[in-house]
Amino acid sequence: MARYDKLVRNAAGRSVPCLINGEEHIPYKGVGKHRPVGRRYGPPLSSCADYPADGDKRVPTLREALIRAGLKDGMTISTHHHFRNGDLLANQVFDIAHREGVKGLRWFPSASFPCHEPIVSHIQNGVIDRIEGSMNGPLGKLASEGGMAGVGVLRSHGGRYQAVQDGEVTIDIAVIAAPQADPFGNANGVNGEAACGLLGFALADAQYAHKVIVVTDNMVDFPCIPWQIHGNWVDYTVKVEKIGIPEKIVSGTTRITKSPDRLRIAELTADFCDKAGIIRNGFSFQSGAGGTALAVGQFFAQTMKERNIKARFIRAGSNKYPVKMLEEELTDYILDGQTFDLEGVRSMRENPNHVDTSPFTSYNYHGKGNFASMVDVVMLGATEVDVNFNANVVTHSDGYLLHGLGGWQNCLFARNTILPVPLFRDRIPVIRDEVTTLCGPGQLIDVVVTERGIAINPRRNDLVKKLENSGLPLKSIEELKKEAEEICGKPEIPDLDDQIIAVIKWVDGTVLDAVYKVKPG
Amino acid sequence: MEKIFTSGNRGEGVRSDCYVEVVPGKDPLKVQLKSKVSSLYGQHIQKLAFHVAEALGMVRGLIRIDDQGALDFVLAARLEAAIQQENNNDKEFLLPIREENLQESPKRHPRITRLYLPGNTPKLMINAGVHSPAGIILDLEDSVAPAKKYEARFLVRNALRSLSFYGAERMVRINQMPAGLKDLPHVIPHGVNMILVPKCESAQQIQLVNEQVELLKQKHDIRRNIWLMPIIESAVGVIHAWEIASAAENVVAMAIGLEDYTADLGTSRSQDGKESFMARSQMVNACRAAGIQPIDSVFSHVDDQEALRWNVIESKQLGFEGMGCIHPRQIAVIHKAFAPEPEELEKALVIRNAYIKARAQGQGVIAVGSKMIDPPVIKKAEQQIQLAINAGILDPKTLNENTNN
Repeated sequence: MARYDKLVRNAAGRSVPCLINGEEHIPYKGVGKHRPVGRRYGPPLSSCADYPADGDKRVPTLREALIRAGLKDGMTISTHHHFRNGDLLANQVFDIAHREGVKGLRWFPSASFPCHEPIVSHIQNGVIDRIEGSMNGPLGKLASEGGMAGVGVLRSHGGRYQAVQDGEVTIDIAVIAAPQADPFGNANGVNGEAACGLLGFALADAQYAHKVIVVTDNMVDFPCIPWQIHGNWVDYTVKVEKIGIPEKIVSGTTRITKSPDRLRIAELTADFCDKAGIIRNGFSFQSGAGGTALAVGQFFAQTMKERNIKARFIRAGSNKYPVKMLEEELTDYILDGQTFDLEGVRSMRENPNHVDTSPFTSYNYHGKGNFASMVDVVMLGATEVDVNFNANVVTHSDGYLLHGLGGWQNCLFARNTILPVPLFRDRIPVIRDEVTTLCGPGQLIDVVVTERGIAINPRRNDLVKKLENSGLPLKSIEELKKEAEEICGKPEIPDLDDQIIAVIKWVDGTVLDAVYKVKPG
Repeated sequence: MEKIFTSGNRGEGVRSDCYVEVVPGKDPLKVQLKSKVSSLYGQHIQKLAFHVAEALGMVRGLIRIDDQGALDFVLAARLEAAIQQENNNDKEFLLPIREENLQESPKRHPRITRLYLPGNTPKLMINAGVHSPAGIILDLEDSVAPAKKYEARFLVRNALRSLSFYGAERMVRINQMPAGLKDLPHVIPHGVNMILVPKCESAQQIQLVNEQVELLKQKHDIRRNIWLMPIIESAVGVIHAWEIASAAENVVAMAIGLEDYTADLGTSRSQDGKESFMARSQMVNACRAAGIQPIDSVFSHVDDQEALRWNVIESKQLGFEGMGCIHPRQIAVIHKAFAPEPEELEKALVIRNAYIKARAQGQGVIAVGSKMIDPPVIKKAEQQIQLAINAGILDPKTLNENTNN
């Protein structure tokens, strides 16, 4: 039985279903065009009379907590991804569900990682109907080859908050892994063996889930300070032996790239920003934790030191590099959504100017504004960009769904959005006639920087004008595409099935594109 | 069991390369492809494999390709190297040569940086030109393992024909004489600008290379100049520096290789380079006497850019005009450090403008202020300006405007 129906062509020209997993969805209308009316979703009222007056909400095991929370077929279970590839909790939740004979669950993680490979068996044995969240590595491969019963739904970090807040997704049980908590449920990410910095991705879950379980391996007496998650939202608390693998939570592998080609891309990007007048006193920027993005930050730091310039804030994913900039007073603040290494965790714990943020503050479509659009320049990755500057970040050119959206779509709203990408990867051109999967509309993408030249979106006439005599290697996006195809050859069109295995949501909850099944080679 | 012929690389860390196995057999030719880009280039690669096999006269047996995103020039080289181990005929499979790769390089090309590229590692070749070295060296000598020398020749040949190095001079370092002579047929007809002759110890070695080069040029009807750069890497070589530098018309530059030289002396390279001072100075002297470019050794501490900068400053002071690079990140540092100081550049521009003005007005005598300017001073000024352009501190466009004024 088809799990989707009512295909329409949306405003981006992509064919998308309006009926997905039995629920009605709205096709994408354009950037800033969708204005839903109504009220925010509200979870059932609770009464403090139902909770222990001494604040002790501990139950002995995770299993018991899940059962008390009413775990049953078809529920939506959420987890967060602050533990990244060191998460030990999500797999346990579904192992328990499996043992209890529960079927047809919707897993609603803020992201998944390769450590969640065991979930594959729970998709195959029917415990999980579908994942609504990123599908990385083995899970993406499984979904791509048609191995998931329901249709996957990919949302940005902001889109996840939006979907929870407007009731598109109702979370039955939220399981929040916390590096430190007290029996009442107050919790934080800065203290303890499994310290991950903050718990912002679990904020929507805490606020809107019907039942909230906080699990920790580091239970302290009330009060747990700081209380990034308020115990007042929490139903049950559980102490376990171990909730995460510290070295995989803060991998420390996010280092500045040593690849000369990527360093060149980073250097060109920084040079572009400098010559475009973006690097100035009081500016702000965001770049990811990838090797190239970190290198851009370092080139920014060099320029700032040379000119005695200071940023007002850095939006991060933080690790030791932005932390160093904060400590060298190259920026007033770090506004941090997740920490990637121990330096990031330490800084967040010790430095009041290293501030934890959440998808609510940074990205939420239903917020009365959010931070993303207040950033001067953001550097983002992409697997593909087309000649209209539309970009893809979730599928590879062979059709496989291998990455999540993260905050990528939300960040596109920065004043200047730059994609520093290689012109081709292992023969596969990054710049294409059309992207395999549309994740970001070209109107929001301003510049593509490759090792062989920089293309400015013609919509940004101001940048075109400003940079025309800069001496930078400016080319049109078509020229870059041609150059890539001269080197690599024109790629064949991959033979994809017409069955939809997942959809891509836009930041406002509308359906932007569909991901198709891959015929296994 | 019959022998399997192989070429290329596989395993962890291998990218933009492939591994080819040729299994001789009696059945009509079959190609088995395993490729990470198969859904986008699978049909194309299959076709290419049949095409190469056919051109080389292989019609039976099996070709297995394990591909990690190799470009055509790599696939073709790997296929040819594996097939020709069995065939051993004089057939070749050549991809079309890029028009730009038929250009001769100027005799006085500013050879400030030359980037070494191991001759059997395609992933380092593909983007080499984007780092704007003055020259690239496809190396057949020390960076290629003995067992890989055979297949590297095909790869280097194909790279010379197919890749754009964006204006960098295309050099090949052949193997040490006399083995290096066998490398020449694989490079001379394929657009090489310059041959580097390693561990050169006598003028006779240069003449031997040139005899081969001339034969090949005649055979392939090549009219453009192919330059030579001997590399001095031994005590004997240093003693014969002048003879080598003046051995032939097409010797336009000479380099020193300090790793081997210091080993030959029974010592090793030190921070301040005292042990090689005489050799380097003698090199510069010999080159200047012969009217060619003296080029310094590579600097091997890739991560220490500050030490590299000091090394270049000393090199420039000794009279060298360029250095070797073993990593693209060294290029900009070397260009910058060889560039003139702002005051030097200012002076050079004033001299140049005075010269242009005097010439336009038909004046024989050139003066800046009350000072007369000699031809060597003008030449020096031109060199300084070129160095500044290469270092990116002078925009050639502004230079033209100055000229028009």
